[in-house]
Amino acid sequence: MKNIDRSDLTDMDEYIKFGGYSAILKALEMKPSDIIDEVKRSGLRGRGGAGFPTGMKWSFAAADPKKPKYLICNADEGEPGTFKDKPILEKNPHLLIEGMIISGYALQAEYGYIYLRGEYPKAKDILEKAIKQAYNRGYLGDNIHGKEVNFHLYVHQGAGAYICGEETALIESLEGKRGQPKIKPPFPVNEGFLSKPTVVNNVETLANIPYIIEIGAEAYSKIGSPECPGPKLFSVSGNVKNPGVYELPMGTTLREIIYTHCGGIRDDKKLKAVIPGGISTPILTPDKIDCPMDFVNMPKYGSMLGSGAVMVFDETVDLAKICLRAMKFFEHESCGKCTPCREGIGWMRAILERICSGSGMAGDIELLIEVSKNIAGKTFCPLGDGAAVVVQSFINNFRQEFEQHISKEFSKEIKVAA
Amino acid sequence: MLSERVVNEINQIQKRYLDARACLLPALYVVQREHGWISPDALEAVGDLLNVPKATVKGVSTFYSMFRHRPIGRHVIQLCTNVACMIMGAERLVDILRSRYGIEPNSTTDDGRFSLVIMECIGACGTAPAMLVDSDFYDNLTEENVIEILERYK
Ligand SMILES: NC(=O)C1=CN([C@@H]2O[C@H](COP(=O)(O)OP(=O)(O)OC[C@H]3O[C@@H](n4cnc5c(N)ncnc54)[C@H](O)[C@@H]3O)[C@@H](O)[C@H]2O)C=CC1
Ligand SMILES: Cc1cc2nc3c(=O)[nH]c(=O)nc-3n(C[C@H](O)[C@H](O)[C@H](O)COP(=O)(O)O)c2cc1C
Ligand code: SF4
Ligand code: FES
Repeated sequence: MKNIDRSDLTDMDEYIKFGGYSAILKALEMKPSDIIDEVKRSGLRGRGGAGFPTGMKWSFAAADPKKPKYLICNADEGEPGTFKDKPILEKNPHLLIEGMIISGYALQAEYGYIYLRGEYPKAKDILEKAIKQAYNRGYLGDNIHGKEVNFHLYVHQGAGAYICGEETALIESLEGKRGQPKIKPPFPVNEGFLSKPTVVNNVETLANIPYIIEIGAEAYSKIGSPECPGPKLFSVSGNVKNPGVYELPMGTTLREIIYTHCGGIRDDKKLKAVIPGGISTPILTPDKIDCPMDFVNMPKYGSMLGSGAVMVFDETVDLAKICLRAMKFFEHESCGKCTPCREGIGWMRAILERICSGSGMAGDIELLIEVSKNIAGKTFCPLGDGAAVVVQSFINNFRQEFEQHISKEFSKEIKVAA
Repeated sequence: MLSERVVNEINQIQKRYLDARACLLPALYVVQREHGWISPDALEAVGDLLNVPKATVKGVSTFYSMFRHRPIGRHVIQLCTNVACMIMGAERLVDILRSRYGIEPNSTTDDGRFSLVIMECIGACGTAPAMLVDSDFYDNLTEENVIEILERYK
């Protein structure tokens, strides 16, 4: 992406010095529908986790005659392990703003909102300052660059609810309601903010737009995997030597990410497990790390690309405790709308708590699997589903970690009995 | 109940939306910034201002974990204990705060100096463990530097 690796481009002049806002000038010479076609041909897929083709989503919204249309940037980045949008928001805000202006023009949307998680207060100040600069220079507001193009952009702060990253919950929240998901369809492209056509895109997705316009769909589509082209931001955390955000071609393997870019496992310990796409994606064993990280290949290896949040665990990590902490997270963040998620995750957390505290009983692992099966596929939104699938992946891949906790207690009991 | 300044600010923000209610979360933020928390009276005043029933405002406000409905300490420590922070020692930090300030998670010190809130991921997993103190962000926390940082907040 444009200038993603420069350390600080919060000032508009700096950003322009490095080629910023030039893609807008090019885009304003194009017809809106041509921009959408260009994005379609680029092959760009949504970077929020689901990988839906961006150009296609845009064309649905553009085809809906209702007005006004809205563009919402999903900056709720809450998936544990994910910190890839933050550097764009804090260090390269004009890249996002430029991307949103071009996207807004392509969609003929007059209003844009950046739904920013409440936990990023610094990003709020930086974005608001950058937006003000863009207004002052005539890149935002009415009649942008003397053309009949209007686009107004605001930051809207979330208030600590992970579920508001889910787009329909986000829209509810933006409307001043409790952030609870709604059933799709209708999709936001037809019935979104205030029931108007609304495109919700992730920060990273929108930050790709200036680059696509600048180098053209042809060149862009040659980067990365053929089915999922483009650069991808990976946020790597856990027991690696050099954790951080890395911009690499889509399809880079987990092995390359961990061992080449992040310097391998800290203290040269052995790798035990990797969560490849944020806490709600299934955990993988070390023999799977040759998987190319993209939307098409990850499912073949039993997981998902998700938000590209790679969490690395070495041999010393107690995975049963990781699983328990993940379940506490899901329990805390369940919005309470559907019973299997609201109740079931609490049960899974309680069983895991029992196991980890050494009071696990024979049959607890089977019980966990059973509860998870009663959640999977029966919930309103992917949060409940994710929790269930995560538990299943931990047990399927690392059953012995749970058994160890349980059997320790058994030996204690035997001692007591003797 | 709401100062003129708060009302003005909310009225300004309201112009960003074609629907008054969309201004609800931003309005609650404005109130919380002014008073440190959102009192029942403030909920009612915001409702009046935006033409939303008080019960609805309360239902919305309590859905979000960052809105506070009780008075809190002068400084809020928001410490992440999610997975990446956990394996880098966040739980040990909770113990340290407990022994140093006598504070339990989700409570306030007797002198009203600190409130401790356990957070889910705050997007600093690569430089874990991390916390926010009020709206200041700190990462790469250690058993030593966490106290050093907190001592700056009186
Ligand atoms: N970045 C983060 O912090 C997190 C990301 N996620 C990711 O979110 C993903 C799930 O997100 P969802 O929005 O539920 O996925 P989804 O597949 O329902 O939708 C993806 C996008 O495509 C659009 N879309 C899909 N089908 C459409 C159609 N027929 N017509 C028009 N638009 C259509 C949706 O409106 C949405 O914008 C998961 O894969 C997970 O990886 C989950 C948690 C946190
Ligand atoms: C529980 C849940 C949380 C989500 N959180 C986020 C998020 O923080 N950021 C994000 O961009 N997408 C998130 N999503 C995905 C959004 O619903 C949506 O697919 C995305 O914003 C679309 O943008 P994209 O097409 O650019 O990826 C979440 C989905 C679910 C189910
Ligand atoms: S699955 Fe969970 S988070 Fe999603 S709608 Fe149901 S209760 Fe809410
Ligand atoms: S897990 Fe603590 S910041 Fe992400």
